[in-house]
Amino acid sequence: MALLDIEHVTRRFGDFAAVDDVTLAVEAGEFFTLLGPSGCGKTTLLRMIAGFDLPDGGRILLNGQDLAGQPPEARPVRTVFQNYALFPHMTVEGNVAFPLQMARVPAGERPARIAAALEDVRLIGFEKRYPHELSGGQKQRVAIARALVTHPTMLLLDEPLAALDAKLREELQIELINLQKEVGIAFVYVTHDQTEALALSHRIAVMNAGRVEQLDEPSKIYGFPRTKFVADFIGQCNLFSGLVTSQSAGVVTLDVAGIGPVRVATQASVAAGSIGTIALRPEKVRIAAAAPVDSPDNHFRGTVADLLYMGDVTVYRVQTSDGSRIEALLANSQSGRAKFFEVGDAVEMSWPVDAGHFIAG
Amino acid sequence: MAKWIVSGPPLLYLLVFFAIPALIMVVASFRSPGEFGGLAPLVDEAGKLDINLDSYARFFTETVYLQVFFKSAWYAALTTLICLALAYPLATLIAKSPRKYRDLLLLLVILPFWSNFLIRVYAWMIILGPNAALARVINGALAFVGIEPVPLLFSAFAVLVCLVYVHLPFMVLPLYANLEKHDQALLDAAQDLGANGWQRFWRITFPLSLPGVYAGAALVFIPALGIFAIPDILGGPNDTLIGNLIKQQFLETRDWPFGSVLSIVLTVAALALAGIAAWVGRRGAGSIARA
Repeated sequence: MALLDIEHVTRRFGDFAAVDDVTLAVEAGEFFTLLGPSGCGKTTLLRMIAGFDLPDGGRILLNGQDLAGQPPEARPVRTVFQNYALFPHMTVEGNVAFPLQMARVPAGERPARIAAALEDVRLIGFEKRYPHELSGGQKQRVAIARALVTHPTMLLLDEPLAALDAKLREELQIELINLQKEVGIAFVYVTHDQTEALALSHRIAVMNAGRVEQLDEPSKIYGFPRTKFVADFIGQCNLFSGLVTSQSAGVVTLDVAGIGPVRVATQASVAAGSIGTIALRPEKVRIAAAAPVDSPDNHFRGTVADLLYMGDVTVYRVQTSDGSRIEALLANSQSGRAKFFEVGDAVEMSWPVDAGHFIAG
Repeated sequence: MAKWIVSGPPLLYLLVFFAIPALIMVVASFRSPGEFGGLAPLVDEAGKLDINLDSYARFFTETVYLQVFFKSAWYAALTTLICLALAYPLATLIAKSPRKYRDLLLLLVILPFWSNFLIRVYAWMIILGPNAALARVINGALAFVGIEPVPLLFSAFAVLVCLVYVHLPFMVLPLYANLEKHDQALLDAAQDLGANGWQRFWRITFPLSLPGVYAGAALVFIPALGIFAIPDILGGPNDTLIGNLIKQQFLETRDWPFGSVLSIVLTVAALALAGIAAWVGRRGAGSIARA
């Protein structure tokens, strides 16, 4: 039995299934992320765990107990809302004290509990401030302290960092990881930001159109996407679709329109004549001015159509003679270097069979 | 320069029609009443300046006037409380109804303003009259349990009912304006943190609505304090309020200095209350207004 079991949960709004037969389990102490584009059902699922929305079908069990019939105030889970939802007429201290008062924690115990929670989020000294006197990052820390002060079974976080700027977001991501380790409470984290999900989570459920497309560890999600959607949504990815022309010794050859035959290693048994897709990360593509001296498994020629300087790396979009585009990425290891090639340069691209990942369909 | 052109006319208007008359009233309160009403000459036959505190002394020594004053404050306070109790659920209902119905509901609240104030007060004479359905039902029920019939009209009851009726929209509108802006996420957060319905109301909704409550209370209490038409028309002999007293002094007894004293006391009391309300409101709601 896991800490949280979601069994065949469905939520419909009219004809539209926001959450469509989702089954997953969250273990105690886990940092679990629901990742997906807006409208994929991740927030609806979170609201059903919190109790603000009820499933049309299926069950949600916490510690083996069905949560149906328990209103949000009775559930031992706490939510950190996207826009913090701090009570504007209460100080930081008042906000953090609120759930203790609701839980009828004796007044004598409260100051120590509040201090401990504020220490967890590094906000000691801000007790008497009002929310409008705090920065966005500080507000979010108060919201987290307020949610943690009663030691809930589980913390639900609904895009808690979405409203913060990039630099602060990264800082708070590291704090969240450390905090979660420290308090040991299971976090269920909702985000549409794939880098955030990869950085924070023990496991990620990638959701699309109300369904879980893949549930796995971050590195597995990134390295071995099970569907085209996952490959495309997580990071940059070249997707080559085509007819499987041959399979031998664990290597599949696909006839990709506009590029030609592309070979990829796979454990899966693939029938010749079926449709398949190869997901190839841009950083796995070797790009050079001269033809490779060894004989690589995949080798194509093209001209640089666009390039995108990102600081540490530059992304090159290379056009093949048939008009297809392949993205390749090169690190600008030497400072001051912005690119190795110019737009219009003829380049040679190659990659081994095990660089790509085969997806059926 | 442009600033003065724009704000000049209203300032002049206030000066001529508010500040100067108020000043005249202050001066009148220190003078003696004339033999046949109005004011006695400022300088008497002996050439002595006739300035005194007689009217003030009369107000503070003859307890009947202070009694009337406190009774008025009591009626106004009761009106404010009843209006608040009635307006809060109403304003909540409007604020929570679908956006397309809100304007219609607000229109219904202010609809009575479209007919004349006195006509609405006289209408209550008919509604509360001895032959009206209301009185018959109540007195019928009382007779059933063997109690003498009670007149509804010309009573404190009639005055209060009408005071509440007339002032209710002044409480609903500021409350609605406040409640409509409340963020549902705060209530969700409170519920998530363990608060039940009552706790959510008393800990979140009500404190956040206090600016609206204060505004509504001021808009109801201050006019209710000085009203004279309603007790005149619907009240009994014991329902004389400070407003009636002032009217009497100027129109019937024709004791202008004493009327002026009553007016000044009323104005000062209203200003003091408004000042206290504003101060309490700022202290209690400062964080809300700025958030």
